[in-house]
Amino acid sequence: MSLALDLFSIAAISAGVFFFLAGTVGLLRFPDALSRLHALTKADNLGLGLIVLGLLPRAESLLAALMLVAIWALVQLAGATAAQLIGRAVRRKGPAI
Amino acid sequence: MSVLQALDVGLALLVFAVAAWTVFAPGPFAATVGYVVYGLLLSLVWIRLFAVDVALTEAAIGSGVTGVLLIGAAARLRGAETTPAEEALTGLTRLFAAGLCLLVVAALAAVVLLLPDQGPTLAPQSMERLPETGLGNPVTAVLIAFRSFDTMLEKVVLVLGVVGVWSLAADRYWGGAPGEARAERPEPTLAFFAQMLAPIGILVGVHVFWVGADEPGGAFQGGAILAAMWMIVMMARLTEAPQASAFWLRLALIAGPAVFLAAGVAGAVVAGGFFAYPPGLAKPLILFIETFMTFTIAVTLPMLVAGPPRREPRR
Amino acid sequence: MSSATLAGLVGAALVGLGLYGVIADPQPLRKILAFNLIGSGVFLVFGIVARKGAAAGLSADPVPQGMVITGIVVAFAASALAVALTLRLFEETGRATLRPDAGTKPPDDGADAE
Repeated sequence: MSLALDLFSIAAISAGVFFFLAGTVGLLRFPDALSRLHALTKADNLGLGLIVLGLLPRAESLLAALMLVAIWALVQLAGATAAQLIGRAVRRKGPAI
Repeated sequence: MSVLQALDVGLALLVFAVAAWTVFAPGPFAATVGYVVYGLLLSLVWIRLFAVDVALTEAAIGSGVTGVLLIGAAARLRGAETTPAEEALTGLTRLFAAGLCLLVVAALAAVVLLLPDQGPTLAPQSMERLPETGLGNPVTAVLIAFRSFDTMLEKVVLVLGVVGVWSLAADRYWGGAPGEARAERPEPTLAFFAQMLAPIGILVGVHVFWVGADEPGGAFQGGAILAAMWMIVMMARLTEAPQASAFWLRLALIAGPAVFLAAGVAGAVVAGGFFAYPPGLAKPLILFIETFMTFTIAVTLPMLVAGPPRREPRR
Repeated sequence: MSSATLAGLVGAALVGLGLYGVIADPQPLRKILAFNLIGSGVFLVFGIVARKGAAAGLSADPVPQGMVITGIVVAFAASALAVALTLRLFEETGRATLRPDAGTKPPDDGADAE
């Protein structure tokens, strides 16, 4: 049972890391601010969600697991707000800010 | 090389690379963003040094609140015309500066490498006296009980910082409010974010402060989180910064060091020494002092970030 | 090489980087950033001293940790004052530079007096 949980953790965290890598490649390689923003928000939220999912079986208690999920929710909130604000700024002032 | 060692080396290289980006980045805004990232990576380094309280403080104050301060400044200085071409140092001076810095690095690195493996330490004495304070977290005990005088003076330094920042106001703004006025229609995204985050943040801040007695945390970390919540509400323009002449604000700013000093003087009267805590009453007294400390930090940090008053005082 | 020694060496390198930034960059905001780098580098050297003082069941000596926490807060207060000074300088002279002959901002808008 614990072996299965460990394999699940490894698989989920590896998938999360892959998504983070993809988002970072998008950040470095996309031509303009809006597409970079798109790559970051999509990939990073999914990546963090997968990492949190992979860490859930290793949490010490139910409270710790709930805190991990709360962290993911808060990061999503902050990321969504930041993406909205940056997108609005880019739209107002043009792509070269 | 084990996995953990590889992680340490990778983290060290990353921290150095981001710091180099901060120094050599093309524009001040890019450099400031680099500094915020650097601060967060640095808190990971602190965790690897097994100093979790310091990691929390670095993430909250060193990277978070300082980052807000610097990004705000970089945004406002965007119209500044410095002509780097005329002001930059010549190549020879840069070379000398680089040589000086390498010398400093070599000296510090020699000190670091020549440190004995088991250095002089005050950990045994701290652990020996820890049960008397009733606390479980030795770092909190060091801050509030063993080196309480330093912490009180640090609170005084924060008050002096606010005095210094406020004294930079133009004469006609003296006693007014810093920052922008409350908006009739605050921007919806930021307003939603502030309204969702502030209650959660206040809860987390109070929890981090309260839990600091026995686990990593404490007044500074909790106070910084509370300060961040007030700052986000002010940035969303759901509320405005109070006037510098407001009596409650001035009371809140000095409450922390005043209570601390009063406890120290009372210790001289009751417990036989300046800043001595009466045995048996140590933990409640420490938590009482920490409550006021957290409150003062939560009020002082946003005032330091908001800057000098920029609006006329209302009569 | 243990993680503590590595962190100490990184701290030494950061002090050097920060010192170079303070000397070489003419803009005050960059100097403030570099000054913060020096500060955090010095704190990392404190950190290695704390880690090498692990004893009595603790993983790190708590007294240097307390000093570093105090130092981080004081460094923030100093940065806030420095930033307020820089912004005031910018408001008064229209330029963010430490050159003494920068002059004051022209009182009327639109006139190019530079």
